[in-house]
This record gives sequence, C-alpha cells and structure tokens, in this order.
Amino acid sequence: MAGIVSYGAYIPMYRLSRAILGQVWGGGGKGEKAICNCDEDSITMAVEAGTDCLKGTDKKSVDAVYFASTTAPFKEKQSASFVAAALDLREDVIASDFGNSLRAGTLALRAALDAVKAGSAKKVMVVVADCRLPAPNSAGEGALGDGAAALLIGATDIAVEIEASAYTYSEFLDVWRLETDRFQRQWEERFILDEGYEAHMKKAFAAFLKVHKVAAKDFTKAAFYGPNARSHQTVATALGVDPKTQLQVPLFDSVGHTGAAMALMTLVAALEDAKPGDKILFGNYGDGTDVHSLKVTQAIDKIKDRRAIKRHLASKVMLENYGKYITFRGLMEFEQTPMTRTRTALTAMWRDRNWVYRCHGHHCTKCDKTQFPLQKRCMYCQAEEKYLEEVPLSDRKGVLFTYSMDERTAVTDPPNILGAINLDGGVRIFSQVTDRDVKTVKVGMPMEMTFRRIHDALGVHNYFWKCRPARD
Amino acid sequence: MAESIKDKVAIVGMGCTKFGERWNADAKDMITEAVDEALQDAGVELKQIEAIWQGTQWGTQLSEGGVATGTLVSGTLQTQYIPVTRVENACGTGAESLRGATFALAAKGYDLVMAVGVEKVKDMGFGGLPSVWIGRWEPVYGAFGTGPGRYAMAAVAYFAKYGLSNEEGKRVLAEISVKSHSYGAKNPKAHLRREVTIEQVLNAPMIAWPLGLFDCCGVTDGASAAILCRAEDAKKYRKDYVNIKAFGMSASPGWGKERIDYDFTYWDATQHAAKAAYAEAGIKNPRKELDMVELHDCFSIAELIASESMQLCETGKFKEQMTATRAYYHDGEMPVNISGGLKSFGHPIGASGCREVYEIYKQIQKKADLPARQVKDVKLGLAHNQGGHPGKFICGVTVIGQP
Repeated sequence: MAGIVSYGAYIPMYRLSRAILGQVWGGGGKGEKAICNCDEDSITMAVEAGTDCLKGTDKKSVDAVYFASTTAPFKEKQSASFVAAALDLREDVIASDFGNSLRAGTLALRAALDAVKAGSAKKVMVVVADCRLPAPNSAGEGALGDGAAALLIGATDIAVEIEASAYTYSEFLDVWRLETDRFQRQWEERFILDEGYEAHMKKAFAAFLKVHKVAAKDFTKAAFYGPNARSHQTVATALGVDPKTQLQVPLFDSVGHTGAAMALMTLVAALEDAKPGDKILFGNYGDGTDVHSLKVTQAIDKIKDRRAIKRHLASKVMLENYGKYITFRGLMEFEQTPMTRTRTALTAMWRDRNWVYRCHGHHCTKCDKTQFPLQKRCMYCQAEEKYLEEVPLSDRKGVLFTYSMDERTAVTDPPNILGAINLDGGVRIFSQVTDRDVKTVKVGMPMEMTFRRIHDALGVHNYFWKCRPARD
Repeated sequence: MAESIKDKVAIVGMGCTKFGERWNADAKDMITEAVDEALQDAGVELKQIEAIWQGTQWGTQLSEGGVATGTLVSGTLQTQYIPVTRVENACGTGAESLRGATFALAAKGYDLVMAVGVEKVKDMGFGGLPSVWIGRWEPVYGAFGTGPGRYAMAAVAYFAKYGLSNEEGKRVLAEISVKSHSYGAKNPKAHLRREVTIEQVLNAPMIAWPLGLFDCCGVTDGASAAILCRAEDAKKYRKDYVNIKAFGMSASPGWGKERIDYDFTYWDATQHAAKAAYAEAGIKNPRKELDMVELHDCFSIAELIASESMQLCETGKFKEQMTATRAYYHDGEMPVNISGGLKSFGHPIGASGCREVYEIYKQIQKKADLPARQVKDVKLGLAHNQGGHPGKFICGVTVIGQP
C-alpha cells in the first residue's frame, strides 16, 4: 500500500497583471500570473513547496526526494541534491531528478509509489517546480506562470489513496526546447491542441473509465492538466464532468501555466477542499498521459494547515511594471558599469555547506545561546567548538530588528534591503530581505527564512538563505 | 612589565596632500607630496628616516594590479633598504601606521621614523568603494552589505531606540552634515568644499535609507605622513612638537551584528579603544578635558554614534547635548571634526587616521589654515579611526597633546 501522506505547494509572491503586457505590446488579457522573484528558480521553489509539505513531519523520516522540472537550473548537476540539503534531509536519502517532460511530476510520483510499494523506501517526497521563460510578446508571455507542488508518499497515515492508475506514452511532438533554446517552441496550435492534448486526454480518460467501470459522475472532483482554459474545458465536457461542481480548474487566471508543476498544483488545490471519502479523478498530459483514481481518507483533516495553494495565492505583491519583469528574467541588456565582478569560491561553499545549504546554527551547550553562522568559538561565552552543537534554523520565525535600504548595491532588484532579524530562540541572523514591498518594511515586522539563488558568479548559481516578511 | 606610552614619543613633522578626486595623481605622486611636506615641516632629510610604516588598504591594487607591500613607499621615495612595513586595518589603517611607528620608537629600535598613509581609489571607474566585491570574502554571506547599507542599519536602530521619527532622526543627522560641510568649505585641502543647507541634505538622493547623499563621505584620493621621534629628542627638530599621549586599539570579535544582544546604537570596539586611551592619557571627563576631536565620520550616523561611544556626550543624548547646543562647532563646548571630517575633508582609506592627527597637530600649533577654523587653545586632542562595519570594527584611538 502506498499513497499521499502530505501535500504542499508554492506560488511566488510576485504577480504580473496581464493588463501590463497589453500596455506594452497591445492587445488584452485578463487576470495575472505568478512570477519568480529574481532570486528564485525551480530549485528554490521546490525547497519552498517541500518545506510546506514536510510541515509537522520528522524530516529524518524521508528516505528519498524526487525533483521534477523542465527548468532545472543546471543542465549538468543535480537539483534534487540541493533541495535535499536545503530541506536538511539525511545524507543517505536517495535524491533523483526527473525532467524533459511536462509529465515529469507524475512520472516521479509513479516512481515514488513504486519505491514505497516495493519497500525500498518508507517515505518519498516528490517535488515538482517549473519556471519556464516565455519569449517577450509571445502568447506564452501572458500564459506561463511559475509555481511548485510537493507530495509526500508513504505507506502509513495515508491521506489520499491511489486506487488505480493508467499510463500511456506518446511520441507526439507539440512543444519542445532544444539544447540551446531559451524559449519554448511549438507547432501550429490548432494541431497540437486537437490532435495532441485533447485527443490524447479524451482517449485516456475514456479508456480509464471503461476499464475501471466508473463514470465521471462517480468522482467528487476532476483535477487534471490543461494547456489553456478552453482546451481544458473541451476535455472536461467530453469527459462529462460538471464544470461548476466537479471541475478543478487549473489556476490559469491567477498563476498561469506552471508547466510540469501544473497537474500536481491543481491536485493540491483539490485536496485543500477535499473531505474524507471524496474521490478525485486526476490526470496529466505531456509525451503521453496518465490518469488516476484517488480516494481521500480521514487523515486529510490532519494536513490542512499548509499554505499550499490558497494561502500562497492570497499572499501577493503586484509587480509595478514590465521593466521590473524583464529585469527579473534577464531579458534585456542594460548599461554596464565597470563594477568589480561578483565572485564565488566553491571550495568555501563546500566547507560551509552545513550553514550555507542546511541553515544550521550553533547552540552553545555552555551558555545555552544559539548563533548563526557556525562558529569556531561561541560568540557569547567564547566556549570552544567542542561545546557547540549544530541546530537547524530554517524553520524558525522572527522579527525584523533593524534594516536599511541600499540603493547602490549591484543587485537585480534594488534597493538591497539589509536586515538584522531576531529569530525565535534568541538567534540573530544578518541577511538580505527578499520578497518585500519596500513601502511596508518596518522594524518589528514578522519574518521567516527562505532559500534563494543568492547570486550567479563565475558561471555558477549560488544558493543561500535570505529572510522575507512572513507570508500569511 | 608593560609601561604607559604617554609622552614617550613626539610628532615633529606632518604632511597631508590635497584630498579629493585626484585624476592627475597616482599613489606615488601623493606619497611624495605628503612626505615632502612632512620632511620640510620637521626640517629633516629622507635619508635620516630609519623605518617607515606604510598604511594602505589597497596600495596600487585597484589601478595597477599589483603592489600593496612596503615597496610602494620604498619604490616611490627610493629609500635605500630601510624597513618599510605595510599595515592594513581597512578604514582604520591610519591609526595602526602611527601606532607601529610609535611603539618601535618606544622600544628604542630606531630614533627617527615615519608613518605614511595613502589611498588611490578613483581609478576604479565607478562611484563608491569596491566593497561591492560580492563573494570575495564569503561566497554568499554578508547580504551584499556595503558601507552605507551597513551604517544605515544603525541609523534605523538608533531612531527606533530613542523614539525619533524618521523626520526627526534625519534632521539630527542632517545637522551634522551641515556642520561638516561648513568646515570643509573653509579648509583648502578638503575634498568637498561646498556649504550645504539642511534642506539640501534632507532632499538629497537616497543612498541607503535613511542615509542620503550628504550623509555619506566622499570617496577620496589622498595621502598623509608623520615623522616621529622619542620625546626627549624632539627639541632637536622643533619647539612646538606634539606628544603622543595614548593609543587605544581594539579589534571587536566581529560577530556583533549576529548577536541578539547587539542593538546597533553603539560601537563596541570604539568604546573599548576609547576607554583604554582615556586610562592611559589620564582622561576622566573627555568632554571637559579634550579640546577637540577628529572622529571617524564616514557617515553622519557614524559621528553621532562615535560621539556617544566615546562619551563626548551622554548615550542617547546627542540631539540635546551636541546638536541643540552646537557643542560640536569650533567655538562650542566639544569641537568635533573641525577639519570637515571624513565627511567633507574626505576619506582615502589608508590615509584618514594619520590625516585626523594632522588636523589636531596643526590646531595645537595654531596653524589652522583659516582663522574661522582655528579652535581656541588646543592642548589635547583625540583622533578616532575605525575600520569594518557596525558589529565588526577594529578601532584606533590616538590622543595627542602638548608635551
């Protein structure tokens, strides 16, 4: 037996109104889309969704983490290992990447279910994140959004049983990116929707219902992928679900098309509202199809305290203008000043890995004070290192003690806000403040930790923790 | 057993270049300019100098890519195989160059030595300091903190602790900058020589909230030099020599800003260095006994906090005891930065500490360039020089005075 034990999700705080795109390029567009801050990517979003998913779970109980994305920040170098380290998982966890397909998330889910069923792992976390870069003035620029979802798969305390699943593969070529492509390519839309998504999904759903001798009306909700609202609706109609009561519509108007993350984010949105006994028809598309019949158990009520979709959706800041957006995405060339370059030392990153990635601080067993980063001597009582014990700090909440807003630092999104944050348990962290509304930053505001891509230097992405005003 | 350094060593000659954006001068030009003035002032020849302490943060590394060792000075002046020791404590380098020279004399290792401070920063091609070398020291830690960004945190914390609204706090800081500029305008060697009004300061472009353009010191080229001997030999060189009364030097453990009990409203290394210097010089009430202070005001908030940390006024009472009373003007109760300070005189990193002493030395000799800047009857003065940032300072306090 294997099923979903916990869920989580992540939606970046920044939203871009499609009206702004209309102002820039002409044309209209309704709603908004979620976009990564300039210090976010698929790895950092996966850490966020994973943190949400693991709330209340002993992190040491996770045996494997499967990261799925079509936008892994490195072409060569695994993402799952960064995610596992930032989540402070055990070192013997099996970390693996799934990619190259919009269905990467549900394929990772299958691998997780198989591992738990086979007994090779007791708990596996599947985390899917995508932030695909649309070309300026393309349909994708309005459509594509960023987000992540995570599921914890286990054999006990199952909140959602997976009753049945069916998979197909397909060599159908609709959307793709080659090795050197920055932006997605696609064939004529009428072809890829008619013959691709709609035909494949209609067929997969029909076959599934027939084999398992069920009808659409037997399900509380249908939660499945769609390339856009209209095509999604077409498949829903063919499937025979009531669009008003049964259909879990993906967040096209508020988040956008989140690529590989869309199907699982839509499922998480359905699970947020689910009651014990509910049945969910779940499906995904991309290089084939998968369809699943899910049954919600009593345990669902114990995991409702996630930020998941609803709370992340409500906590947002509208991006002021298109200039900010293209700056965040690195889509334009700007004036170069002869500023000295950002540097990094991967040797130092490796030596410091326990505080750089795992956010460990030192607790002094002599004076009982906790401090960050890791020390050679206690900064309070000068006790030697042997009296210092590593403690994880990334989950702690805090308040902003003091700050400044530096307009001149070479950061992508000035001002650079420097913060001294007092975390629970008497720990001070000196950090950049990200995901902030400059107008509302003030002494005493609640803060929390967030894992970010801190800078790129010498051709490497460098990750570290920052603080942000606590999201609701 | 350790002995006090008080009155053991004298300064018999000093030099200081014009500070500013010296587009036509490199480090070698400025070293020569400052040293020539110092030699002339002391009435000695270079070949009489037995050892040199060269204070510089970068040497010529910013422009020519190479030298920060003592060969910068030996090569420039063509000294012939005497020791040249390069010292570096970031912005607190100058105090350390004087300290090295002083203790070597007290140890009777030499009879006549020189301290030289120099910095050539305006070859970089951008404003500000190259402290934005992100990742140079810690690949990811440090929050991209710049000088203004880090000092501004202290301003926000100070406003919050003492209940100043942003407007009130900004105004207290602006008054300091108005004073600094008024003296810079009267000082021919100063970098920034324009007076500013409160309104100009308050409305200036923001650098790092709440610090605006006029809350920040200039980025400056310059050099300074001092020639020292043991006090008993000083009369050989001049009558109006000036004695070293005390050195306080303190390196903070450096995790202040990471300690939950640090509130950013005091400089801990400065407190320790001042305390040590006061004890050595026998100063009980600094505000009463010190005739003038040159302190490290790289930012307006730095002057405010250093004043409190060195007990020039009571803690938290700067507004009442310095601003409201105008105590910090040259004719006030506690003159501070009558040179214009780092703020307006300028701040070439390695040269600043020695330059502060130059101002007091000249004031004691009643040789301020303009009468409008001459402080009356200076017998004892203090130079405060610090490097680093709030929570992680290394600080040198030098007390000098009439023998």
